[in-house]
Amino acid sequence: MSNYKMNVLICGGTGCKAAESANIQARFKNILEEKSLEDEVQVIMTGCFGFCEQGPIVKILPDNTFYVRVTPSDIEEIVMEHFIKGRPVERLLYKDPKTKESVPATKGMDFYKKQLRIALRNCGFINPERIEEYIARDGYLALATCLTEKTPAEVIGEIKESGLRGRGGGGFPTGLKWELTAKSVSDKKYVVCNADEGDPGAFMDRSILEGDPHSVIEAMAICGYCIGADEGVVYIRAEYPLAIERLKIAIKQARESGLLGKNIFGTEFNFDIELRYGAGAFVCGEETALIHSMEGLRGEPTFKPPFPSQEGYMKKPTNVNNVETFANVPVIINKGASWFNKIGTEKSKGTKVFALAGKINNVGLIEVPMGTTLREVIYEIGGGIKDGKEFKSVQTGGPSGGCLTKKFLDTPIDYDNLIAAGSMMGSGGMIVMDEDDCMVSIAKFYLEFTLEESCGKCSPCRIGNKRLHEILDKITQGKGKEEDIERLQELSHVIKDTSLCGLGQSSPNPVLSTILNFRDEYLAHVKDGKCPAGQCKAMLKYTINEENCTGCTLCFRNCPVGAITGERRAPHFIDQALCIKCGVCYEKCKFDAVKLA
Amino acid sequence: MLILIQLVLNPLTNDQLTNDKNLKIMPKIKLSENTIQIIKDACKQFDNKESELINVLHAVQGKLGYLPAEVQEIIASELNMSVAKIYGVVTFYSFFTMIPQGEFPISICMGTACYVRGAEQVLAELKRRLKIEVGQTTPDGKFSLSSLRCVGACGLAPVVMVGEKVYGRVSPQQIKEIIEEYQEEKAC
Repeated sequence: MSNYKMNVLICGGTGCKAAESANIQARFKNILEEKSLEDEVQVIMTGCFGFCEQGPIVKILPDNTFYVRVTPSDIEEIVMEHFIKGRPVERLLYKDPKTKESVPATKGMDFYKKQLRIALRNCGFINPERIEEYIARDGYLALATCLTEKTPAEVIGEIKESGLRGRGGGGFPTGLKWELTAKSVSDKKYVVCNADEGDPGAFMDRSILEGDPHSVIEAMAICGYCIGADEGVVYIRAEYPLAIERLKIAIKQARESGLLGKNIFGTEFNFDIELRYGAGAFVCGEETALIHSMEGLRGEPTFKPPFPSQEGYMKKPTNVNNVETFANVPVIINKGASWFNKIGTEKSKGTKVFALAGKINNVGLIEVPMGTTLREVIYEIGGGIKDGKEFKSVQTGGPSGGCLTKKFLDTPIDYDNLIAAGSMMGSGGMIVMDEDDCMVSIAKFYLEFTLEESCGKCSPCRIGNKRLHEILDKITQGKGKEEDIERLQELSHVIKDTSLCGLGQSSPNPVLSTILNFRDEYLAHVKDGKCPAGQCKAMLKYTINEENCTGCTLCFRNCPVGAITGERRAPHFIDQALCIKCGVCYEKCKFDAVKLA
Repeated sequence: MLILIQLVLNPLTNDQLTNDKNLKIMPKIKLSENTIQIIKDACKQFDNKESELINVLHAVQGKLGYLPAEVQEIIASELNMSVAKIYGVVTFYSFFTMIPQGEFPISICMGTACYVRGAEQVLAELKRRLKIEVGQTTPDGKFSLSSLRCVGACGLAPVVMVGEKVYGRVSPQQIKEIIEEYQEEKAC
């Protein structure tokens, strides 16, 4: 980057790209050329900065100015004012929601203050399509150290000592997994990177692959060296076109630089990586299902043992790790296990990336040390609940996890505490819900997901989840009975106890945790026929109070389905047969005339 | 456009077709020589290996837009495996489809982040306006509707995609406008 006086880093993550960051890049290039500045200012598309709520994000180096919600029409002003006159464009700076003052750089923002970025260390800092930039930030140094100075057993020992656990959900100790695969005797072994991120609301693996693909390639090679494999496979979702493209570029560059291929760093070690595409099946996150899918079969799980470490892809010993797990490995080698294992809690070391979303002010991708409390994440980093509403619940662990209430806000987040609280870490989705969210509907939402994703192999999961969903649907329709709650619990336990794989074993978790933490809400549905959050539409009825209605026609004009009729300055009327209960009239009415029953 | 296949539809209505999308009643399709060659080439690209089935299916769907039974039959003979096995794989994965997509495929993200920010109401409005269910195509072949899991643009929730174009922070009221944008293109 040294030849340029200034660098423009534009977030090229999927979220910001969806919000026009490609047009912003093109606009910068045009205007810089117009002003003959193209040799002084370099424009780079980076990976995700994490602060998706404020996207598209543009960062200017060397002064670290952080522009938020930039549109293509702002670019000319940035070039003229900032680059030419040296004055940052005040209106595009991030405003602290409390003080209302502009915060020009990330280190002053609450969103970034409590974060510690290990897996995301390079996301938003480097151009992911240039291997030189990764190398400039100690890239491939760990691989060189391992190959030239350490034996495979020493590297495995280092990973074991670091306490790194699988970041994909299960939390299995990574070093132990490597050791087990290393011990299996075979002429051929495989390293597999699980990038089939299926948890709705979690996008950390994609962001790492988009923003720092080389870290995963380097770690896979290190793993290959440890277990004695010369072939790696990345199993990636076909729905991630940008991640696939950047990974392909990275693999090509690594090959050209001799960092993949034969005799890497002049040693006897050979290693190469190919890609396999997933085709949209959540169950393929499970190791055995993933391996079947890689072999071109239906992604159905099979019984363990044999574990993949003994018999996996093509019946050969296979080590499967998740993207985020791999991204931690080079740092552990470079900085040492004793550095890494000082971060975090007693049994969960290091950091965890969370995808913070839902009813929260700062939606985005964050990385915090294990042991950070939910309160710190939600209120300090996340900036609290949207529109000043009341916090109700936070859902962690995706469809396999559970909903935690206020009483868990001060629980330090780690693998074991979340399980003890009735949820789980999962891949790191964290969805915040407020007073308007109905917990019965949330449980039903997750069940819908599981129903669709159940592979159908085991009856408890295939049929049991269907029955669970039917009962929940009945409750949200206002037709539930009190004994349905017990039936839900009983059925949930049967499904958990008798399903083969993690999908079935954990699918009733959202139901059980919502019953445990929000029993009152279930009771309100079945006993009083009310949905306290006002979300279950079958229980809602919007009417217009004739006394309050002034006939301003605001509701009439906003109704998306034309269900409201009435003359100007005369009371209006809602046709219940047409009403879709969207609540727009209720929100728009300035005279409190729309009533919700 | 994408679809190079010459359809010889038997007298089934579109409703019958889409209601029974999983194949019980599929229209008879006659594949052109050109199409058959495309499928064969895709198989050959992966050395006609059975273990490459998913890659082959990705390649073929990428070219033809969908994977009807007749296409699966050709893949079966090329890879020397049973059609049943291929059908099993095609129907297992949500990415593969056996019905043609609309000219403008509309997808709505039903990830949790979008759900809690009102994706359900947006979906209801889409269904109401297009008069189709998820997984169906409008009779004029213009729009198809699908729901997808997280696209990872949670900051923009709820998200609707038309083709590659992403619409963020969508409200049910905006749906009319979005659909009209594409209907007008037809008029031009």
